[in-house]
Amino acid sequence: MPYSKKVIEAFRNPHNYGKLKDYDGLGKVGNPVCGDVLWLYIKINKNKKGEEVIQDISFETFGCVAALASSSIITELAKGKTINQALKLNKNNVLKELGELPDIKVHCSILAIDALHAAVDDYRSKRDGK
Amino acid sequence: MTIYLDNASTTKIDPLAFEEMLPFFEKNYGNASSPHQMGERAKEAMNKARSIIAESIKANPEEIVFTSGGTESNNFAIKGVAFANKDKGNHIITTKVEHKSVLNVYKWLETQGFEISILGVDENGFVNPEDLEKEIKSETILVSVIHGQNEIGTIQNLERIAKICKKNDVYFHIDACQSYTKTEIDVEKQLVDLISINGHKIHGPKGVGALYIRKGTKIESYQHGGGHERGMRSGTDNVPGIVGFAKAVEIGLDKKHIEYIAGLKNQLRQGLLEISKVKINGPQDENGLCHILSATFFGIEGEATVASLDLEGICVATGSACSSHSLESNQSLLSIGLTPQEVNSTVRFSLSRFNTKEEINKTLEVLKDIVEKLRKISPF
Repeated sequence: MPYSKKVIEAFRNPHNYGKLKDYDGLGKVGNPVCGDVLWLYIKINKNKKGEEVIQDISFETFGCVAALASSSIITELAKGKTINQALKLNKNNVLKELGELPDIKVHCSILAIDALHAAVDDYRSKRDGK
Repeated sequence: MTIYLDNASTTKIDPLAFEEMLPFFEKNYGNASSPHQMGERAKEAMNKARSIIAESIKANPEEIVFTSGGTESNNFAIKGVAFANKDKGNHIITTKVEHKSVLNVYKWLETQGFEISILGVDENGFVNPEDLEKEIKSETILVSVIHGQNEIGTIQNLERIAKICKKNDVYFHIDACQSYTKTEIDVEKQLVDLISINGHKIHGPKGVGALYIRKGTKIESYQHGGGHERGMRSGTDNVPGIVGFAKAVEIGLDKKHIEYIAGLKNQLRQGLLEISKVKINGPQDENGLCHILSATFFGIEGEATVASLDLEGICVATGSACSSHSLESNQSLLSIGLTPQEVNSTVRFSLSRFNTKEEINKTLEVLKDIVEKLRKISPF
């Protein structure tokens, strides 16, 4: 397999998968080229400073090794972060955690970032009653 | 322990074929074109090999040209006939379920002024001979069809297609790299004009193949040089490869292997159908190859399935977009009506006479857990 040990490990033992109960935001994204689909659930709570924090997060993914590994990593990276911190995550943060991805698979890490943004958008629009 | 179920990609060499090759590396390494005794020995071995291969399809030895493999044979057949028959016409007919070594030849031929018609297939991968006949026009020079389809195992009805080609005075080429030794090929009965075959799909060595060219076929050589293969294909003869190829043919022709492999396939199919939401693709009767089994596992992506099996030491293939160099879903699977998502969930198991019942049982056992786990992760 053309993957690093870290990718294989994240694929083999993914964290935070399955549907989240009572989620506040759901981001559904798909890659029109390869057909991978990633759903990201987030649960938001406010910390003592009154900032919105991603208290819990999970994913459901139809995708390849790179997509599943990226999904698991994004949940680990975003968990416990404030929304503003989480939105600063980019593909390089995901790639760093994975060691590396083959060039043709870098889009999988972008898909994970997109899913996080979509989940936050969903949360915000619900919060604002839109 | 590795369980190798990717025999449609390539196969393990048969130890007897391997053994047969060795003297032609070590002792009888002469150039088959040389007039001395070393050359003579090589030439003799090549002649014997040519006869074995010719006989296997009821052809004459002089109708067999050795090549470097299936891709070269396909290139040679199609380009050779196309350019040799330009005065008659520039139209060629093929199908949507061809191997890339055929489809990409046609893409290139289009840039050279040829017109290509690509026939669709039904849900089991069969070409409709009536559709084919409708496509034939006065400029048509060649029909090229994959005999045993490499993803779903469809075996085309050669006699019906050949009849139409003969009636319309059009050459008929088949890519038989998957079907050779797995189902009957008889040029007297089936009236095919050109046949691509190779060694490494049938437990022979890599880097060797052959093209059958019916006597009288108008075809251009496309590899020029020292005039080997009666001027049809230049290049120093790959004697060890040719000898190993012929030995693999000799062993492979024993029909007991087909029965054995078909038994394993049946065992695998029954087991797969016990898993929920699994669909088997392609013909499951005698019109399907004995060694190829295509299965769609709804809700899980093929590369993830292949990788999970690989981690358990089991080698299989997938038509999934994620595993291709171009991120494109497999065109053959799309052509039989699978949706892109189904194509991306499709796994190909391909068996050989070296596989065992125990290996199939182990694969099924592991697969059940993998499917369950990946479905838990999937939104579908």
